[in-house]
Amino acid sequence: MELSSRDWLADLATAGSKQDEALADLRHILIMRLRRAFSGNKRVDESFIEDVAQDGLLSILGSLEKFEGRSLFTTWATTITIRIALTQMRRRRWKDVSLDEFMANQPAASPHSSQSVGVEETELRKQLLQKMHEVISEQLTEKQRVALLAELKGMPQEEIGRRTGSNRNAIYKLTHDARKKVKKGMLDAGYSAEDLVLFKGTSK
Amino acid sequence: MIITEEQVFALLELLALTRDTEPNCDDCLQHMAEFAETSLSGKSVPEAIAHIDEHLERCQDCREEFSALKDALGKDIMAS
Repeated sequence: MELSSRDWLADLATAGSKQDEALADLRHILIMRLRRAFSGNKRVDESFIEDVAQDGLLSILGSLEKFEGRSLFTTWATTITIRIALTQMRRRRWKDVSLDEFMANQPAASPHSSQSVGVEETELRKQLLQKMHEVISEQLTEKQRVALLAELKGMPQEEIGRRTGSNRNAIYKLTHDARKKVKKGMLDAGYSAEDLVLFKGTSK
Repeated sequence: MIITEEQVFALLELLALTRDTEPNCDDCLQHMAEFAETSLSGKSVPEAIAHIDEHLERCQDCREEFSALKDALGKDIMAS
């Protein structure tokens, strides 16, 4: 029979045979769910899953007081363990990439001509691109620029945080402030929100 | 520093979703388990946690975790 959240908390909170049993049961659930979550991922093997489940159990035991009962206990525990798994996977995947690479010169965005896009529209898009580049270069701080460009390049915020001695939540705030500045800069320059959406729609 | 075309598209998408105040990753994590259970069980999302959906649209890290969480829970929640 499945334990209630209250039973899980009670059994895990005190060292002893009940805790051992609960840990074994929870480990089994976490392993089964991790397998399910990453079943199509070739980079995830059984050894990784077992290590993550173990790390998850330690983290869960250390933060039992944070469980607020908003969900089933096992759902909350799975959330923590999934985050640990993805943190480790991101670290492995991005270990050889530095933030400097995102600041190096890259091929510039340029409006391309096509049969469906007239000369006038191409010129408007060119102006919008120039303005966006100007706003990013002149109105963002160096930290905001680096974090925003890294994010746009696909680097997880967690990894940006690790490289800048910060954390994921602080990086989210940093890039949120950067986005607000860019949006305001574009609106101040006379581009409406609709212009921005239209530009995206006609450029793909 | 020059922004690439690919980055411009990604940024335009994000700008369309940008609001003055947004829930952050900690807010999202705090409610993610409850949000996943609600989504998987097909119930309507309570207003108090509806903002999590907005955050998931904007945050790649949280979106990836939420997707993996839903896969992990799968039938366990739908069947309960």
